[in-house]
Formats: sequence, structure tokens, C-alpha cells
Amino acid sequence: MADHAAHDGHKLEIFRGLVKFKSNTQKIWGVLIFLSIVTIVEVALGYIKPDILNNSILGLKYLNWIFIILTLVKAYYITWDFMHMRDEVKGLRRAVVWTGVFLIIYLIAILLVEGDYIYEVYKNAAVSFDF
Amino acid sequence: MDSTVATTGTEDQVWGGGNQPLKASYGKLMMWFFILSDALTFSGFLAAYGFSRFKFIEEWPIADEVFNHFPFLHGTDAPMFYVALMTFILIGSSVTMVLAVDAGHHMNKKKVSFYLLLTVIGGLIFVGSQAWEWANFISGEYGAVKTKGGKILQFTDAEGERVALDEFVVVGERSVEALSNSEGVWYQSDEPYNATYTIDEVRKGFQANPDLRIRTQQLIVNEETGASEKLVLSREESLFKLNNQAVGVVEGANLTENEYGAPLFADFFFFITGFHGFHVFSGVIFNLIIFFNVLLGTYEKRKSYEMVEKVGLYWHFVDLVWVFVFTFFYLV
Repeated sequence: MADHAAHDGHKLEIFRGLVKFKSNTQKIWGVLIFLSIVTIVEVALGYIKPDILNNSILGLKYLNWIFIILTLVKAYYITWDFMHMRDEVKGLRRAVVWTGVFLIIYLIAILLVEGDYIYEVYKNAAVSFDF
Repeated sequence: MDSTVATTGTEDQVWGGGNQPLKASYGKLMMWFFILSDALTFSGFLAAYGFSRFKFIEEWPIADEVFNHFPFLHGTDAPMFYVALMTFILIGSSVTMVLAVDAGHHMNKKKVSFYLLLTVIGGLIFVGSQAWEWANFISGEYGAVKTKGGKILQFTDAEGERVALDEFVVVGERSVEALSNSEGVWYQSDEPYNATYTIDEVRKGFQANPDLRIRTQQLIVNEETGASEKLVLSREESLFKLNNQAVGVVEGANLTENEYGAPLFADFFFFITGFHGFHVFSGVIFNLIIFFNVLLGTYEKRKSYEMVEKVGLYWHFVDLVWVFVFTFFYLV
């Protein structure tokens, strides 16, 4: 059965040691506050939609890049601190995370390129699709 | 443990068995790899959504205009606030879950059961919220007209504000014809019997209100702000489109058509949020089972609350997926 000694060894630092917590419970609340702030920022940006963020880079608006990056940040802290990935050994971490990240990036890249191609086909087609 | 391993004389060597290189129990490892595969399933859905959105990049609905309801604030434009609230509910229930796991490590039965109960309640509130969201999405708010080519035409006033069908369409007489026994058929499909408006009534109402314009699916870039918005036609173009191309009235959303725009938009909405909602629902069931086991003292006897940890992993995963659904469906 699971040995309890291993569980007491929670790593209690986040932001690469910038913020340290005294107990695991305290860390949970800390991460909750951080995730809430990120979500509030996302909603505020989505509500205000500042004009300067409407320019795009690499085919995507700055605003959308910010949303995606903030989402990945949230995903990281949910996985690392709520799911305790931070406390797992390197091998387990990599087996799960690297596999997922690699396959997902591959899938997204392929499907988005294909979607864009079909958009071009529709757009340049000899027949109209709007009638 | 040792009694199940056959003695081979290699016990103290690497290949002798009994090693735990990943330092996690079988159950936890399998939960991690189930989560990995489930994550790939969700990625498949979201990537397919991205595919369709890129395919219709110039005519995809604007999420802010679709999801702008908030309970008790009827008629106010509150984009995303409700889903943001749902996000907080789910993150909150994630926190109570991880607190339950933590209490389990300290073998504190009272705290584990209390936090698990809170988690279950949070999950139920979330599923209920999703049902409300679906109900709004299905019933729709403004109504629209579709063209022969399957495009959606919406209505605005001269300033570009959306106008609902019931604000300008007058419902005419509906002649209900009773069929006698000899003419009775099992199913009639030529006219939707319960449609509120016919296309002719919409045309008549549109003609009578010179302020009205038609808004197409087409996304254009606002020169001043750089924001994307829907193209609004002039009065003449609107009349031409409505009189020559419109074929039917669309109210709300279903799997074949919806008043918001491309049919795929509603299909993906139902499919992705539905699949996620199903995960939340099954998560609630798992949590309940574990909750009763905690009450019965099963894990107390086992001297380990690892089962709480395993359903906890699943529950956090559901939260994780929602973070992505929230971004790609509501924000981007």
C-alpha cells in the first residue's frame, strides 16, 4: 500500500522558488488565488478588448495569443500543484506530459494548416457558396 | 507484496522485480495514462473545432454575442460573465478536492468527507449551470433567416443594434386543416408545424420597417479599432437578399441549423461542452461513491486514502479541460 512518508514530501515552492509556502494547504490556497487572478485578467481582457491588442502576429491577434498563453499557465499550475505533478519523479512527469504535448502540437498543426487550405479553396473557387 | 513474487534469485538486482522506478502505485499510474488518453480525445475535438473555424475563418460567429446571458439579468448584455462564474465554480471545486486529498494524507476522515461533499456540490452546480447555458443556446434570442446556400442572415436596426424577429414580424393566420381518417398520415414534413414565423411574414415585416438592415455572417475588420465585426448590408442590398435568397426562418439552435451562424458552430458547442459535461457528471458519481466509502470507513481500514487521490486526479483533469474549452469556445 501507499507509503505515507512519500506524500509528506510536497514541494512547497512555486514560481521557481519566488513564493514559498509553509504547508501544502497553504500552497493550495495560494495557487487558487493565482488561478483566480489569471481568470479575472482573461475575462477583463475579453470584455474590454483593448484596440492595441487587435494587431496580429503569426496569423493570430495579440489578444488571442495572450488568452492561449494564460490558459497554458493555468493548465501548468492545475497539473503541477492540484494534481501534484510537481511531486512526481521526472520519469512519470515526462511520460505523461511530453507524450501529450508532442501529440497535441502535431494534431493542431496538421488540422489548422488543412483548415486554412480548405478556406483558400472555398475563397478562390469558381462557384459561389453564398447564394 | 513479497509473497506474490516468485523467488528467482534475482531479488536484489534491477530485473528482479519489485522496483518502482516511477514511485507511484499501479492505480495512480493507470489514472495518469487514462488522463493522457482522454486529454488526446479532447484535443481531437478542440483541434477539429479549430479546423472548422479556420475553414470558415471569415464567417464564424462571435462568441461574445452568443453567450451573453446571466441569470436574473434578462436582456442585459453580459458577455462571458456566466462562463467565467462557471470557471470559478469548477476551480473552487478543484480546490476542495485537493484539500480532501491533503486531509486524506493526514488520515483525517472528517475533513476528507467534508471536502468531498463540497466537491460534489460544486460539480452539481457546474452541471446545472451548463444545463442553463444549453437551454439559452437552444432557445435562442433574436431569431434569423437562412439562405438557399445555408448562410444565416440576422436583423439589425439602422445603428447596427440587433433586432429580434418578434419586434417586427406580425404573426398571420395559421390555417389548421383537419385531416379526415382516410387522409391521415403518420408524419408530415413539408412545413414545420410549430414555427413561429413564416418567411413571408418576415419579408412583410421587414418591408414595413424602413429602419431594418440585414447582417450577414461575413466578418469584416473595423478600420478604426481593428476589431472583427459582422458585415451589415445597406437597405437595398438587405431587401434584395431577403426577397431573393432567404428560404426559411431559424430560431434557436439544433444540430442542423442555428441562428448564430455556421451549423458547425452549434454542433461543436453541443459536442464539446456536452462531452465535458458528461465527464463532470461521471466525476460527480465517482466522487459520490468515494464519499460514501469514506463515510463507511473503507479507507480508514485500508490505512490509505489513495482512492481519494485517484478520483482527485480525474476531477482536476475535468477542471483542466474546462480551462481549455473556456478559452477556445468563449475567449478566442
